[in-house]
Amino acid sequence: MLRFIIRRLLLALVTLAFLLVVVTLIPNIAPGDPARKIAGGTASPERLAEVTESLGLNDSVLTQLLDLTTSVLTLDFGDSFSVATGEPVMSLVWTALAASAKLVGLALLVIIPISILGGLITAYKKDTWIDRTIINIGIALSAIPDFVAGVFLLAFLAVPVDFFKVQGAAPPGAGVLTQVQHLLLPVLAVLMVYFGYIARVTRSGTITALDSDYARTAFMRGLTTQQVFRNHIARNALQPTVAVLGTQLGYLFGGMVALERVFNYQGVGNLILTAVSRADYPVLRAGVLAVAVIYMLATLSADLVVAWMNPRTRQSLGEN
Amino acid sequence: MSGTSDTGAAAPTPQNPDAGAAEPTLSTPQDPDEGSKPAAPVVPGEGRKQIRKEQFRVLYTSPGFIVGVLIVGFWVLASVFPGLLTSFDPKQFVDAGPRVTPSGDAWLGTDRNGWDVYTRVIYGARKILTIAPVATALAIVVGTFLGLIMGYYKGWVDEVLSRVIESILSIPVILMAIVVIFTFGRSTAVIIGTIAVLFVPAITRTIRSAAIAESDLDYVMSAKMRGESGFFIVTREILPNVTGLVVVEGTVRLGYAIFTYTTLAFLGFVGGNVTDADWGIDVSQNYEQIAREIWWPSVFPAAAIASLVIGVNLIADSFDKAVKS
Repeated sequence: MLRFIIRRLLLALVTLAFLLVVVTLIPNIAPGDPARKIAGGTASPERLAEVTESLGLNDSVLTQLLDLTTSVLTLDFGDSFSVATGEPVMSLVWTALAASAKLVGLALLVIIPISILGGLITAYKKDTWIDRTIINIGIALSAIPDFVAGVFLLAFLAVPVDFFKVQGAAPPGAGVLTQVQHLLLPVLAVLMVYFGYIARVTRSGTITALDSDYARTAFMRGLTTQQVFRNHIARNALQPTVAVLGTQLGYLFGGMVALERVFNYQGVGNLILTAVSRADYPVLRAGVLAVAVIYMLATLSADLVVAWMNPRTRQSLGEN
Repeated sequence: MSGTSDTGAAAPTPQNPDAGAAEPTLSTPQDPDEGSKPAAPVVPGEGRKQIRKEQFRVLYTSPGFIVGVLIVGFWVLASVFPGLLTSFDPKQFVDAGPRVTPSGDAWLGTDRNGWDVYTRVIYGARKILTIAPVATALAIVVGTFLGLIMGYYKGWVDEVLSRVIESILSIPVILMAIVVIFTFGRSTAVIIGTIAVLFVPAITRTIRSAAIAESDLDYVMSAKMRGESGFFIVTREILPNVTGLVVVEGTVRLGYAIFTYTTLAFLGFVGGNVTDADWGIDVSQNYEQIAREIWWPSVFPAAAIASLVIGVNLIADSFDKAVKS
């Protein structure tokens, strides 16, 4: 088990190193003068020199890479250039991460039970009209881009129904319930996108488990469906679901750029989008790396949970 | 082989749009490729033809496939001959005036510029239906090639490329895309290239695991013993046996490419002019007016996006079922 964890951590570090190189290279390979993009066309030569210096662009790429590594290790990416001039980058990132965490947390609370339930129902009702209806609606919905779902919800729920809010963020100082109320539509959009996918994975996992010899034996011993599910099937059937949830968590944090924009919600996606549109390299780098780290932690924990659910997985992962 | 489509497809082609490649990193519990292989690899020419025929029959009789083809066919028609479907110009101030609700004069209403929303939706099909297929085709060619090479030869090249693929997949496609497009500019060539490059890892991974499975089969072993070259085995022996998978993967990716392009357009990353007829741009230009109850200029382009991705996904799903039948 320990070997497996160490191996997974090492792989995550290799991945992180690769991304470090990529984000280091961005301002170096971008056409045009990055300092001019940040400072604007009318900036004085002194200001340009200052910006170039603080970006570290006078140093060799290797020095820049080392500097960025230091930034990651000390969690200090300096100050923001243009997103919020003078603010420490990390304080912007933490604020955005907290906002994203609220959205993702609430979304998971809704998505996990509903999608798993959908997957179980369709698995037990395999090849009936219930199965086909749920799965087909799920597939159709999950094909739709998140911002399209968001626009539909805005038009058909937020505007006609007063209870639903156009803005994803509650006014400052609002209570928890008001915050949740504002997040309902973004969460619903995320549910539309994810339900079909997770329900399908759960459905397949459950069908495979139901078809297995041990499940058949348990049924033949006269156990009820519920008993068989709880004691024999759940563990195996839900492993794929857990693994998929792990990978999706990272995407939820960083991939909802367009949805965050529709509901004017200041999460990590929106922060990176703003950083890109204003050429704020430090914020951009910190944001992208933060998303990558979250993705790795999420997939790592999902892998650990799956390994814990099934010792065989652990072994085959070790050989992989 | 019927019946495998349920149990074998433990991880069906993930329909999740954002997760350009959100297949679980674990290989054990749900590898979609093993177990539910398309045509039996050992079948000689005649048998393979028979199986293809059978697969096509499954395809043509599937309602999902027919609906998908009708939807996509309509948008293809709109993109090639928009003049057949509307008599207005996308930037023409129509008689109805600006911001009128959907009616007989303007079927889907007009936007704040007095442009006909229906006409803009029709003309908006062209750009997406050019960029998405080109980007997907590029990605499929490169991804299939890499996947076959990695899966057949394995070794350290495979090891290194696998790590690179993992890294790229760990960042949501849309985030990577805006970073890359920001770096290299917003021209159409950059957008096509970006979508293609970002889709390669997921395709490579799928084809690679199929190629690994194929490499273990007898027909590859016997080709090796005949002394065939690696190039011959990969292109003439393994590739024909993963063609079905390549087609499925290509259609699925086409759906994602449409998804990715419209999202980029919505976020303002596709260059061009904000007045161009483009579904994603039209949604981004008009969605803020929904709060003032002017919903039609953004909801109809959004519905066009939804219908196109659903159509492509229905086709992809039918391909998947046919290949696994």
